[in-house]
Amino acid sequence: MNANGSTPVLALKGVSKSFGPVEALSDVDFEVQPAEVVALVGDNGAGKSTLVKTIAGIHTADSGTISFEGQEVHITNPTDAVALGIATVYQDLALCDNLDVVENLFLGREETGEGPARVLHQLDEVEMEKETGALLENLAVTITDVRNEVGTMSGGQRQQVAIARSLLGEPKLVMLDEPTAALGVRQTAQVLQLIKGLRERGYGVVVISHNLADVFQVADRIYVLRLGRKAGEFGRDASQEQVVAAITGASGNGGKQ
Amino acid sequence: MSTADATVDEDAEVRSPQLDLLRRFIAGDLAELRVVLALALIWVIFYVQEPRFLSSVNLSNLVLQTTAVGLVSIGVVLVLLLGEIDLSVGAVSGLCAAIMAVLSVKHGWSPYLAIAAGVAAGTAIGLFQGSVFTRFALPSFVVTLAGLLAWPGFQLEVLGATGTVNISDPKIVGLTSTFYSDTVGWIFALVAIGAYAATALRARQKRVSQGLAAQQLGLIVLRIGLVAVAVLVAVWVLNDDRGVPLAALILVGFCLVFFYLTTRTTFGRHIFAVGGNAEAARRAGIHVTRVRVIVFMIASSMAAIGGIMAASRLLAVNQSSGSGDFLLLAIAGPVIAGTSLFGGRGSVWHALLGALVITSISNGLDLLALQSSVKFIVTGAVLLVAVVIDAIARRQRQAAGRV
Repeated sequence: MNANGSTPVLALKGVSKSFGPVEALSDVDFEVQPAEVVALVGDNGAGKSTLVKTIAGIHTADSGTISFEGQEVHITNPTDAVALGIATVYQDLALCDNLDVVENLFLGREETGEGPARVLHQLDEVEMEKETGALLENLAVTITDVRNEVGTMSGGQRQQVAIARSLLGEPKLVMLDEPTAALGVRQTAQVLQLIKGLRERGYGVVVISHNLADVFQVADRIYVLRLGRKAGEFGRDASQEQVVAAITGASGNGGKQ
Repeated sequence: MSTADATVDEDAEVRSPQLDLLRRFIAGDLAELRVVLALALIWVIFYVQEPRFLSSVNLSNLVLQTTAVGLVSIGVVLVLLLGEIDLSVGAVSGLCAAIMAVLSVKHGWSPYLAIAAGVAAGTAIGLFQGSVFTRFALPSFVVTLAGLLAWPGFQLEVLGATGTVNISDPKIVGLTSTFYSDTVGWIFALVAIGAYAATALRARQKRVSQGLAAQQLGLIVLRIGLVAVAVLVAVWVLNDDRGVPLAALILVGFCLVFFYLTTRTTFGRHIFAVGGNAEAARRAGIHVTRVRVIVFMIASSMAAIGGIMAASRLLAVNQSSGSGDFLLLAIAGPVIAGTSLFGGRGSVWHALLGALVITSISNGLDLLALQSSVKFIVTGAVLLVAVVIDAIARRQRQAAGRV
């Protein structure tokens, strides 16, 4: 429970993680509320990726506790995280360029028809295409033809497909690693719009980003990591200078609101 | 959905299809159509040089010559879809045919058991090669190159001192020497056309009833019409000679089975995914290793089946069965027809089309009584041209895609 009385979808308390002598995370407290976008910022090597990978089950925390929807949980591998309802979209998107949107969305969880079709593992393309259309429409993602190969699409569209795909498992928390890196202006706007859409639909969202302009556009809260420690936490009303100071360590006290 | 709605939907789809078809043809998505045109061109060239080329007798022979290499190519297509290569298919086809022949002739096994044993040997070889390839993360090129070198040794061992085993069993010989009567041939044709039309129309009906964009009815009817004409002409030509051969039905049958497997099932989807992005497939929860091993088992099994068909036609298995250019033709065929060497793109039908192109060239050049030197050069040149065209088309497609 926190000040405004709702249970955070995710809460980390005193989480530390070392790789040999290198302390990648030390005593990190981190919370995400439902319907909240938290931006995770920091310099290279600040521990952003380690934090996300610890939540996603790729790394296991050395100490500290992780609670999901108020329950303390032990996430030891990616399957645990997915089963809890934590979806992660990595920077490489993990899409198959030679498959179309429908095929990518349902990759690894293809739907089969009933009866003999199920025995033969026959794909139910019509059902999958319908669900794809509904999902994309719901997210206000415009893709002219869901039967086009993902490889022929723009970076923004690919990012949108990857995010849409992460939602098929009905997660509570969505983590996005650099979703706007290498995107043009219009495509960035599309992806940011989609992130706002995720908030409206009640997902807790964690966004790693280097681009403070993007961060200020979508984030409800900005969480700064520096050398594996929390170096500050800001609301939407903070100035860009304050955040930069926290990232570079110039502000000293971390600029807590 | 009301009638008015349906009409609106139809209208929305009207302008795009023809343009879309043209665009896709230029962009090379319709590689099959390009290959069919190339095949027609090759046939016309040979016909002009030597009218006997398009006689029903020669076309019948062409079909028979296509079967063995076509069957092997089906397995090769699956391996290419993974982005891997299997250099051992020729050697495996020879060894498995030898196993079948020796069991049948020297040990008196029933033909069915002997054939089953030959195919099972192929499956086992595929399991072995696939397991070594995945377990030690070796390039499939190297693992199957070792097979290419080693299996012919086993073939010599199996064949024994004489080196040649003549096959006389009527069932085994019958695989490539059985021809159906004209009536049966026409029945096959009508059943095939009917089944194709029913499948195509039902698939469209299902999409329309669920409110999804469907191909124009006219285009589907056109497609059914083209298939019907092709099937009817083929049966007419074959009936004019000895009738529809069992071997052709076996080849088409396997193509249909593997077409279904690759395009309509989850396993087939996973093959394409592994070939497109193995890491993405792994993260999506697909058992990449299992997919790879099964595909190598299929490839070696199809090689065995192709080898058995070749033995049936030759009436013997000898030390050179499965050697020579057999392997390279089996790989070149699908590539000529548009299956990518880099994985994730291709179709089982490319096995059949490619085998037809390659066999047509070799058959035609034989008919013109040209030397085998010319044959090799022409086949190589066609392969090179096909791959270059494919590369250009792919670049265009990518350029068009990245708006």
